Amino acid sequence: MAGVAALRALRKRISPSFTSQIIAFTSNSRSISTLVLAEHEGGAIKPQSVSAVKAAKSLSNDNPISLLLAGSGSALHEAAANAASCDPSVSEVLVADSDEFSHPLAEPWAKLIHLVQRKGGYSHVITASGSFGKNILPRAAALLDVSPITDVIEISDPHLFVRPIYAGNALCTVRYTGAGPCLLTVRSTSFPVPSILADSKSNEAPITQVDLSTFGEDSVGKSRYVKHTSQDTERPDLGNARVVVTGGRALKSAENFKMIEKLAEKLGAAVGATRAAVDAGYVLNDLQVGQTGKIVAPELYMAFGVSGAIQHLAGMRDSKVIVAVNKDAEAPIFQVADYGLVGDIFEVIPELLEKLPETK
Amino acid sequence: MKIMVAIKRVVDYAVKIRVKSDKARPIEHKPSSYFISKSCLSNRPVSFRFVSQSGVETQNVKMSMNPFCEIALEEALRIKEAGMASEVVAVTMGLKQCVDTLRTGLAMGADRGIHVETGGPLYPLSVAKLLRALVEVEKPGLLILGKQAIDDDCNQTGQMVAGLLNWPQGTFASKVVLDKEKQVVTVDREVDGGLETLCLDLPAVITTDLRLNQPRYATLPNIMKAKSKAIKKFSPEDLNVEIKSDIEEVQVTEPPKRKAGVILSSVDELIDKLKNEARVI
Repeated sequence: MAGVAALRALRKRISPSFTSQIIAFTSNSRSISTLVLAEHEGGAIKPQSVSAVKAAKSLSNDNPISLLLAGSGSALHEAAANAASCDPSVSEVLVADSDEFSHPLAEPWAKLIHLVQRKGGYSHVITASGSFGKNILPRAAALLDVSPITDVIEISDPHLFVRPIYAGNALCTVRYTGAGPCLLTVRSTSFPVPSILADSKSNEAPITQVDLSTFGEDSVGKSRYVKHTSQDTERPDLGNARVVVTGGRALKSAENFKMIEKLAEKLGAAVGATRAAVDAGYVLNDLQVGQTGKIVAPELYMAFGVSGAIQHLAGMRDSKVIVAVNKDAEAPIFQVADYGLVGDIFEVIPELLEKLPETK
Repeated sequence: MKIMVAIKRVVDYAVKIRVKSDKARPIEHKPSSYFISKSCLSNRPVSFRFVSQSGVETQNVKMSMNPFCEIALEEALRIKEAGMASEVVAVTMGLKQCVDTLRTGLAMGADRGIHVETGGPLYPLSVAKLLRALVEVEKPGLLILGKQAIDDDCNQTGQMVAGLLNWPQGTFASKVVLDKEKQVVTVDREVDGGLETLCLDLPAVITTDLRLNQPRYATLPNIMKAKSKAIKKFSPEDLNVEIKSDIEEVQVTEPPKRKAGVILSSVDELIDKLKNEARVI
């Protein structure tokens, strides 16, 4: 109220156009507070969500960060305790405990974001741009009548973001000019977190329950979770692996693709695949790297029998060191590779398997 | 039941795009009410504002239907051919030229088209609002979209229109099974770490992933036939949708270039380089 009165007083004294500038200016520099929508699994928050916290930190120095976790049961509360100490800059952990959140259905989750944002008045809502975030955040944005921004790789200021377009062949800087909250999904490989968090236990953020009494029923129940099929694997997660070994069409069969898996095992690496390899049924789709699959940026990316189509490069071009082995010396993959080897993968891979040093 | 499919005209997926060299230039302009820079607070008369150019060269570049939209349309046609839908309506939004893309959709087998003609760029929020308005006109039982457009890579429109309509959503679908009796659709979704199966009440929104199907080619007779199919035109005003945007493209640049690599001659050399030069193993 005091602010309104002050503005009224100002308006009397100065020209109307200047007043509108002041309003524009105050709304631009309004205080920043961030809600991070976190994913959790097995009683801990996922590394991608910690990256989202890191992105939130880079919005502004003075930025209270609230982490929102939803789910049901004891795993949720374990995860909440883990989230409270995941980063010293987390100022609060909000927990929504209800059976409606036991599966990541977009309808209740988007409504939850809407509810929590309205109550907390956050200036930013951030989540990692995995399949979870991409499914939910745009829906929440529509409920809030704002444009979300997908796959942010750089935060220049609280309203200025860089994101890749055209399969990463161009970078677009976008300014958010809306009055409502700014909703972002961030590319976790662009906001890496150190694998060991230093002295994180020293700061434990308070955990608060979200009041779900006003959570209506209207959008809930229209979709039902049936099942989840996944491939159990002991290899590191593709999105966070330090080394990724990828095979393409040239592997010729699912049987031959095992060579890639063996090599990955030896390097302690995750396995990736091109669309051609997935479509041909050599591996499951969740290993696809590219514009429409996973985006990875490991320290070492080794591509075997991969031609290097635009859509594949989109998913791995930010890797630190790229190695390509292909018998076609003209393959586009060699244009982005740091080390190229022109040769038959069926000779090179066994030789590598034999000569690579053992990793622990 | 009617199925509505949204399609987008984009730069062909095989084209190597070119970022315009005039990507951004500062222009002088009067301080406006919605933008204010530090320079104008310090009483300087003008501020600089970066205006966006269109960013990526689209003149004389091959344009096609967005690949995910082709898959969406193919799926709608298959549902119709299985006798579970009465009509497939293809919808597009944007410049005049989008009609060509719509014709392609009609040649694939869509029954009729709707074109909402707009002058400038459209962001997903506006597209979602236009789609909602069209859904209210056409009353389809299912709305199918691609999971993302390969130009802006947003991956938002389907989710947003579902939110606006308060319909359930099945995004990144790799399998769609419609049960007309129970009025539900079962969707297999491609998610991180595998596949997820959901059951949605109709009406619903589905966005398609690459592995949903293999789109058909339009045959010449069908291309000829498509010329006589109806395309209804709307303007955003007709649909009572105000096109405004809360995001603004400031500039479009090329991504940093990678430094040239080397071609090695043997596996030994490769292992040596990785160990001693790159130090990654």
